[in-house]
Amino acid sequence: MGCAKDIVEHCGVPRLLFTDFPLGNPCGEPFKAEQQKTLLSMALDLLESARAPRTTVQTPFIWPHGDQWKETFMTKEHPFLDEKGMQLWLQAKGALKAEKAANR
Amino acid sequence: MEEERMSAPLRYIERARTYFSELGYTTEYRWPHFTDVPFTALKKPLSDCCITIVTTSFVEEKSEENVSKESEIVLAGDVYEIDSRVKACDLFCRHEGYDSYATNVDDVDSFLPVSRLHESVAEGRIGSVAPFFYNAFSTYSKKRTEQVDGPAVLKGCEENGVDAAILTGI
Repeated sequence: MGCAKDIVEHCGVPRLLFTDFPLGNPCGEPFKAEQQKTLLSMALDLLESARAPRTTVQTPFIWPHGDQWKETFMTKEHPFLDEKGMQLWLQAKGALKAEKAANR
Repeated sequence: MEEERMSAPLRYIERARTYFSELGYTTEYRWPHFTDVPFTALKKPLSDCCITIVTTSFVEEKSEENVSKESEIVLAGDVYEIDSRVKACDLFCRHEGYDSYATNVDDVDSFLPVSRLHESVAEGRIGSVAPFFYNAFSTYSKKRTEQVDGPAVLKGCEENGVDAAILTGI
C-alpha cells in the first residue's frame, strides 16, 4: 500500500495498491476508519486477484484538501525535512557509510 | 455539481532529483530497480491466511523510555518486531519523511493498518494476524535490504507461520 507510485513501480513489487495522497497516509486519511477499511479491503482483494508481478491498482479516493501539495512538496517553499529531520537524515547516512566501510 | 477529477500522480523521482540538486548534492540517488520481480499467488483462501505488516514507517510502542529517547535516535538500524496485539493508539511514528505541510501521522492506522487488520479477522476476511509486525529502516542501501533486512523479515515471517505480508511506508 503506497503513495509514491513512480518509486514503487521503478523498484518493482508483486502488487501495489496506490492511493494518490500526500506521503504519510498510504492506508487512508487520518481518523477516517471507513475509508481505511475500504483501502485495506482493496489491498486484500489485490492479494487474491493479481496474477502477475507489477500489478498496480489505483484506489478511487481523492485528497479532500485539493492537490496543491503536488506543486509544493519537496520544494524550497515546503522543504522535505526541517532542520532537525535533515540532521537525523545526515546522521543516518553517516551511520550507513560507517557500516559500509566496516564491511569492506 | 462539477465532477472531481484526478490529477496525475506526483513524480517523486524527478522532484527529489531537482530538490537535492538545488541543495547542492552532486551525486544523483539511484533508486533500486529490478527487472525480475518475484510473485507468489496465494496458496490457500485468504480466510485461512495469517497476515503481517512490514513497514519502514519507524513506528514504536509508546512508552516513557521510547518517547524520551528522541535525542538518541538515528534512522538506521536492524529490523525490529512490533507486538501485533498493541493497539494503534499505543503506537507512534518517528519518521520525518512525510508531507507535514499537507497531512499528519497522528493516526497510526493511516499508514499501518493495525486496527483494520484485526477487524478483518473478526469479519472472517483473513484467518489471523501474525504475532509480530516488522519495521525495517529506510537506510538507502539496496545491499543491506537484500542481504540483512530482507532475510531478517523473512526469517521472522517463516518462524511465525505468516502467509502474506502487507508492506507500507510513510
